[in-house]
Amino acid sequence: MQQFLNGISIGSIYALFAIGFTLVFGILDRLNLAHPSVFAVSAFVGIELVERVGLSIWTALPVVFLVGGLLGLVIERVAFRPLKNRPDAHFAGLISSIAIAGMLIALLQWRYGPDTRRFPPGSFPGTDFEVVGARVTLVQVVIVAVSIALMVALTYLVTRTRLGRGMRAIAENPTAARVLGVNVDRVTAWTFAISSALGAVAGVLFAINVNTAQLGMGAAIELKGLAVIIVGGMGSLPGALIGGLLLGLAEVFAVEYVGSSWRDVIAFGLLFAILLLRPQGLLGARKVREV
Amino acid sequence: MSESILGVSDLRVRYGRVEAVRGVSFEARRGQLVTLVGANGAGKSSVLNAVSGLLRPAGGRITFEGQDVTRVPAHKLVRRGLVQVPEGRQILATLTIEENLRMGGWHAGGRAREAIDAMYARFPVLAERRGLPAGSLSGGEQQMLAIARALVAGPTVMLMDEPSMGLAPKIVDEVFRVIEEIRRSGTTVVLVEQNARRALRAADHGYVLQTGEVVQSGPADELLADERIIAAYLGGDGAVDQR
Repeated sequence: MQQFLNGISIGSIYALFAIGFTLVFGILDRLNLAHPSVFAVSAFVGIELVERVGLSIWTALPVVFLVGGLLGLVIERVAFRPLKNRPDAHFAGLISSIAIAGMLIALLQWRYGPDTRRFPPGSFPGTDFEVVGARVTLVQVVIVAVSIALMVALTYLVTRTRLGRGMRAIAENPTAARVLGVNVDRVTAWTFAISSALGAVAGVLFAINVNTAQLGMGAAIELKGLAVIIVGGMGSLPGALIGGLLLGLAEVFAVEYVGSSWRDVIAFGLLFAILLLRPQGLLGARKVREV
Repeated sequence: MSESILGVSDLRVRYGRVEAVRGVSFEARRGQLVTLVGANGAGKSSVLNAVSGLLRPAGGRITFEGQDVTRVPAHKLVRRGLVQVPEGRQILATLTIEENLRMGGWHAGGRAREAIDAMYARFPVLAERRGLPAGSLSGGEQQMLAIARALVAGPTVMLMDEPSMGLAPKIVDEVFRVIEEIRRSGTTVVLVEQNARRALRAADHGYVLQTGEVVQSGPADELLADERIIAAYLGGDGAVDQR
């Protein structure tokens, strides 16, 4: 039970990260490989906000959300928009977003050096609860609650609002969206902003969960995020949620029952097994992508 | 004679080195139905896409309600009332019919609801299935949805690209009835069609395009009466030019 709760808590962070990833992919058909660097930057920014500005870790969350959104706008404007009319726009965006990621991590290293950073002592409430014989910290509860709240809000946005309709129109047929009067550039920018804001909150929650921020944390979650969205079904938001939770649980149970060095073997092995049974992913549409 | 609401002069559209539209000029007066007819590849759709802002013209000038809109992007033109029903309908198949209509009202704000309800009254088949994905409609119904969706935007000029394409003759009749209603309601219509006879019968004024140029123009009934024009540019029987 204890391990199950730990798995849900780390899994919901993976899910939040992956949902940001898959949002841009599903709507714009672009893979934004700067997403993991937003995850890392926001962890450092979160610690800075608590340490220097004196915010509590909870009030730092909405600030990090906004910082992430701004980073998303920059990434879209610099790495994607100038290349959007190229015939190889998919590949070009992939490469330019890797370049942005490299720049962001280099800036982090310049600002903070190579060392691991932690929240100042006493940043965390010591409260914990007993849930059916397992110990759950308030921090874990908040991580899961924030992740779920953001995912619910995103689902509402995509399915019920004007902006969400615009996003789905672009996902299906960008030309039709333009004919209908949608400012495709603006909706695209919003999509990047929301995606990065979710990735940023995931980053700071991750840092809170393990009380650590490292330069390599983005690279460490990048492959997991990609694996989660492939297993969930490319572009599927609920698929990314389920995939993220599965990966979190698989990791925690692998460490508990097999050994920590087996964590990735078991977790990724499980993901491969799922893909063997369902090549299109858990909730992926069974369609062949053009080009 | 009413004022000119849409004017196109010396329009040029290029795809790479190929010039698809070579100096096309035409105008539409308020409340008129103007048609551009011609064979497949004559440049009709390119003209329409340049006017609606989907394509950047290589040269020429487009005026709408007296203002130069030559390089104004599509989304701003829709807001100003220049609305296109694109070729191939381009409905959003995974969105519901209701959502498609609401997309039509992207810029219409609070007016949209009223306009959507008016469309449901006019097209009961859309009302019955408002919650279903638009992809579940038949071809003819999808064309009605595409037209209804454009009307929700509240157009002053409606650009229609091949609305009869791929539809059964009975459905084509229904499409032309709807076009006639739109014109009678005061909306200016620019209709691009391969089905030349049919389009000229509905239109006030016609332009015949061939390989990117206007080769004939005049009142639609005169063009229709001139068998040489029909024979030379629009195919022998003129009913449907498949070429």
